[in-house]
Amino acid sequence: MVAMPAALEEGAMLDTFPRLLRHHANVRGDRPAMREKDLGIWQSWTWQQVADEVAAMACGLAELGFKRGDRLAIIGDNRPRLYWAMLAAQSLGGIPVPLYQDAVAQEMVFVLQDADIHIAIVEDQEQVDKLLEVREQCPALKHILYDEPRGLRHYTQTYLHGLDEVLAMGRIHNTNQPDFLGQEIAQGKTDDVSVILYTSGTTGKPKGVCQTHAAFIAAARGSMLFDHLTDAEDILSYLPMAWVGDHLFSLAQAVAAGFTVNCPESAETVMIDLREIGPSYYFAPPRVFENLLTQVMIRMEDAGRIKREMFHTFMKVAKRSGAEILDGHPVPAIDRLLYALGNLLIYGPLRNVLGMSRIRVAYTAGAAIGPDLFRFYRSIGINLKQLYGQTETCAYVCLQPDGQIKFDSVGKAAPQVEVKIADSGEILVRGPMVMKEYYKRPDATAEAIDAERFFHTGDAGFIDSDGHIKIIDRAKDVGKLAGGAMFAPNYIENKLKFFPYIKEAVCFGHDRDMVCAFINIDVGAVGNWAERRGLAYSGYTDLASKPEVVDLIRDCVGQVNAELATDAKMAETQIHRFLVLHKELDPDDDELTRTRKVRRGFIAEKYAVLIDALYSGKTHQFIETEVKFEDGRRGKVAADLSICEAKVEATGKAS
Amino acid sequence: MREIGDVILDLRSVSLAFGGVKALTDISFDVREHEIRAIIGPNGAGKSSMLNVINGVYRPQEGEVILRGEHFRRMDPYRVARAGIARTFQSLALFKGMSVIDNIMTGRNLKMKANLFQQAVWWGPAQREELAHRAKVEEIIDFLEIQHIRKTPVGRLPYGLQKRVDLGRALAMEPQILLLDEPMAGMNVEEKQDMSRFILDVNDQFGTTIVLIEHDMGVVMDLSDRVVVLDYGRKIGDGSPDEVRTNPEVIKAYLGASH
Repeated sequence: MVAMPAALEEGAMLDTFPRLLRHHANVRGDRPAMREKDLGIWQSWTWQQVADEVAAMACGLAELGFKRGDRLAIIGDNRPRLYWAMLAAQSLGGIPVPLYQDAVAQEMVFVLQDADIHIAIVEDQEQVDKLLEVREQCPALKHILYDEPRGLRHYTQTYLHGLDEVLAMGRIHNTNQPDFLGQEIAQGKTDDVSVILYTSGTTGKPKGVCQTHAAFIAAARGSMLFDHLTDAEDILSYLPMAWVGDHLFSLAQAVAAGFTVNCPESAETVMIDLREIGPSYYFAPPRVFENLLTQVMIRMEDAGRIKREMFHTFMKVAKRSGAEILDGHPVPAIDRLLYALGNLLIYGPLRNVLGMSRIRVAYTAGAAIGPDLFRFYRSIGINLKQLYGQTETCAYVCLQPDGQIKFDSVGKAAPQVEVKIADSGEILVRGPMVMKEYYKRPDATAEAIDAERFFHTGDAGFIDSDGHIKIIDRAKDVGKLAGGAMFAPNYIENKLKFFPYIKEAVCFGHDRDMVCAFINIDVGAVGNWAERRGLAYSGYTDLASKPEVVDLIRDCVGQVNAELATDAKMAETQIHRFLVLHKELDPDDDELTRTRKVRRGFIAEKYAVLIDALYSGKTHQFIETEVKFEDGRRGKVAADLSICEAKVEATGKAS
Repeated sequence: MREIGDVILDLRSVSLAFGGVKALTDISFDVREHEIRAIIGPNGAGKSSMLNVINGVYRPQEGEVILRGEHFRRMDPYRVARAGIARTFQSLALFKGMSVIDNIMTGRNLKMKANLFQQAVWWGPAQREELAHRAKVEEIIDFLEIQHIRKTPVGRLPYGLQKRVDLGRALAMEPQILLLDEPMAGMNVEEKQDMSRFILDVNDQFGTTIVLIEHDMGVVMDLSDRVVVLDYGRKIGDGSPDEVRTNPEVIKAYLGASH
């Protein structure tokens, strides 16, 4: 059955996930709902089997005292029974709370306490050990259930139970009281909270985002219609279960549309499993796409000469016309012919190696994706698109429509979503998928959602003439030039960092009359570039000061300026002057955070003398900086930095 | 919970010489069922020779080996394998060009009953048999957490993983006694921890008796139930790790006192 998603046909009564699950068991009971590779063989469960397992688990949980409104912690890799645990909790009117499985025990304490967890279902010994470690701090925790018994044979704690026991208990309960679960599911309401997802909390404590059945079902159905997803899709679920994106793809959409979720054998086998499953719908953060491309390129360099030549020849064809053909734009007949040949010889086999032969739609989000990377995948015929959203909006509010891909926008407002830009430049969104509230945090809820139910994303952006939304920066980082033009440092820095030669960049311009930048070169890429030219260098500082390298960077900055100039809102913020820093910005020197985000304020203070030099028109500046080495020793790096003028495009406005 | 049982393997007054070189002199010790028994000693102490005597590779000039009450003047490798003794090698002896699965599958060889003709036409009993063996091999792959490399040629794997495959092949025999020849030589700390965990798990879950030779004193003391110490082909200590650790002869041998 590959018609309309059945959930849409019947409408109103299918308004909670447990009801949708029962519906699939009736309508497509013998189609695969879930697969997992175990002992080298893919095992399948049909919708009927999943419904039975979920029922047994729900009744088992009820036996342990789990009731309406209770929260159930779920910790582990993507395993079928952990997904079923979510549905089991929902069947009883409870709320699943997935936690990041790689968090250390102490990081879990806050969520376990905040969500007042009584029962936790975890994957294996590793997670059991963590919970045992913090059990003293979480006195409310009454039962720990585990999926994988390996290594747990000698654990004697009476509050530890194997899931098998709980399922057996649940089956007996279900036989004795066959009406119990049906009644529980009937009592569920569409605006009950269906899941609490904790935000990672880069600033302050994590907050529990409460989403309702209605919100996630709306989000799932909206994107299904948008991308024409059916019950025939196959997806590979390998991203953390605590992340909103996985909850949308692997639970909400799968249960709304009735398609098949595949769980990898282990975290290390994801790429092999991807090839074997050949998903039709796929999600990955940019770094995954980047790693795949790097692997392909390295293997191509090792290939024989004929293969290598063929690859490069046809990749040129793809670069010229691949993305246009995918978007249905007109392309000269000769290119169309060459592309068809390339598809046969190169692109098709390449897609197969990547495990992407069957992909109809692939999404990326979470970080800025480089335009070259993005174009590469689209040019070999993979319909890779970007989306934009938050935990608070069920993962997305903007999607790129097929055939209307702009590399630097995140697409249009998704169906049922209203997007507007506040006077401050902040993006505000309203729609059915906006969260109900932050758990037990009315103050934070009031701050995030205004009286008209618009959610304040904290991101600054604008809507272009075609209705596409461009994200430029976190709102708090956006400033203004002295002339009044908007200045979005992160937006410009990202453009710079898309060049392989530039590793890090810091732009300045708030309250100044022009934009200037610090640049860190990428030693690997620039070093390789220098070697090929026979340039000798002794280390980062030496390499960074070579006039040839400075010229290389000047070229990159010039190209960024040319791009900025094409955009009326950004033309004023072209980079006028820049310098190549004498040392790499480093978390050990507090210049970057541990997640490698630039600490703007600190850098501005530490290198004030360089900023003065940039804005005072000097051509040279001497600087000496203390650095910490990895072994804790300290040293000094000194250099006489040359300050360069960049090529700036005329902006139309006389200045 | 495993319980250490009766003596399963008993060596009595074993002496081995290569020409005029005495490798082992009058060595006696026993191994009990389900225990982890370590043989330690400085370089050239005769540890590997000892293992090779048990394994039937070397023939001792004197003494005897008693395996489950049966007396042997000498063992031979074929009978040893039939008797449920498997081993791993200090210098890996894997088939470099074959995949991990195929390498572990070779450990099932003794258990395969189909004849050459049946295997060649891959029909009926041969097929059923191979499927059953493959299932067993997959259990071992799962146990050793090497799913991600099951189809990788062994020659392309880092050393630590090759060691794990070597252990996998030995386990494929479903041995009652497992002889490990320096299972952690050349490993980094993390790999050593992993390997220690696997050895303990094998012993705990399958009840396999383990005899291991190891250089790394720390590892041995943590893992073993009882330790034999050899030096220059003689037994200088035998007992629990604590007893051995405080034995003055052992301390002398390890601290390198002059002879």
